Amino acid sequence: MRIVQTPVITENIKEMCVEANHYLSEDMKAAFSQAAESEKTPLGRRILNQLNENLQIAAEDMIPICQDTGMAVIFMEIGQEVHFEGGILEDAVNEGVRQGYTEGFLRKSVVRDPLIRENTKDNTPAVIHYEIVSGDQVKITVAPKGFGSENMSRIFMLKPADGIEGVKEAVLTAVREAGPNACPPMVVGVGIGGTFEKCAWMAKKALTRPINEHSSIPYIREMEEELLDKINMTGIGPGGLGGSTTAFGVNINTYPTHIAGLPVAVNICCHVNRHVIRII
Amino acid sequence: MDKHINAPMRDEEIRTLRAGDYVYITGKIYTARDAAHKRMDEALQKGEELPVNLEGNIIYYMGPSPAREGRVIGSAGPTTSSRMDKYTPGFLDIGLKGMIGKGRRSAEVIDSMVKNKAVYFAAVGGAGALLSRSIKSSKIIAYEDLGTEAIRELEVNNFPVIVVIDSEGNNLYEIVNCADAQAGHQPSGW
Repeated sequence: MRIVQTPVITENIKEMCVEANHYLSEDMKAAFSQAAESEKTPLGRRILNQLNENLQIAAEDMIPICQDTGMAVIFMEIGQEVHFEGGILEDAVNEGVRQGYTEGFLRKSVVRDPLIRENTKDNTPAVIHYEIVSGDQVKITVAPKGFGSENMSRIFMLKPADGIEGVKEAVLTAVREAGPNACPPMVVGVGIGGTFEKCAWMAKKALTRPINEHSSIPYIREMEEELLDKINMTGIGPGGLGGSTTAFGVNINTYPTHIAGLPVAVNICCHVNRHVIRII
Repeated sequence: MDKHINAPMRDEEIRTLRAGDYVYITGKIYTARDAAHKRMDEALQKGEELPVNLEGNIIYYMGPSPAREGRVIGSAGPTTSSRMDKYTPGFLDIGLKGMIGKGRRSAEVIDSMVKNKAVYFAAVGGAGALLSRSIKSSKIIAYEDLGTEAIRELEVNNFPVIVVIDSEGNNLYEIVNCADAQAGHQPSGW
């Protein structure tokens, strides 16, 4: 058994919220630079250059990459040998978000009740996903999610007979409908299988995988590559203003499912695909 | 083509803008997003005066992140415009001439834009750090209790936008869509 003090969790999450909103991961930065060279339209290149410059300004001036600093989505993968001391874990996570968003000059975008809509003024609560895994470590992924793209995400409860072509069409439908609203170039997270909520969770988690890493399942890897090509052929382009760079990556996760079903979730993320990972 | 315009806008200026033009805006613009739109709409329904005279003006759909000390504003990029569609025709009818946001607009908004000779610009979504550099001053003028959603008067200098829908209803997003449907691949020419 290993004891982890919950104030350590708070401190890390606070720092990770600020870091995620000012710096993108190396794989995302590389994708921007590569796209600025390969984009076929002049306006598309102009926009990609602006987005590159935007990333530099954010890092140099410590100003968030995007004003929508998101709802804090946090994946906690907790080794089953870990014992927490020093307070309730959930409170520690939310305290980290509270401190990160208030002290880090991040926007408070969370309302307490979805219909009454009163701002909580500190961006809490976070959306927290817990997993119990083997070992004695805690892997934390902080992924602030903007809602321009979240609003364009979809779940399709397909029939088994729809098969792989049905899945591809579902992904392309979601991307086409998202179009300019989702701040392309996008990253497309896809969950296939499981149940209604499991596929949504997988799609969200897929967004935290580096975009230059593929699924370990050969035919899924092929589907990721094929869908990325097809998405970039839609012509939606940077900012939805036309071009050959509509997505940076398609990440697919799968899970066993029921004999009667084929759930598919498509979680679209804008180009500000933020995630910071730490292991404690 | 690149153009420079002033805000508030004059009708002669609006008529020259075409979907696809790259435009730099200098002057005063006003921020309002979901909650401020709802409140202004309620004020109009009750026959009350709006906190900002919309005539000739541009609304920027934006809620900034907080400014660090000594800074004018935080990150300041556009939010998705379609959430404001419900309220927009009413504002266009009383003189609103320009909107800056991102994403598609409803048929009702486009019809009202053509009727009222208004223009819809997109700023680059997710470029809030870059866009903040074109904002020279920011002052809350109404609904302060709404926090990031309060109405702000912004003084902008060469604020970069692209005309998506012009005053004749030409729509850059549709042009992009058509190119996709007809050719099955990326359009060219921009």
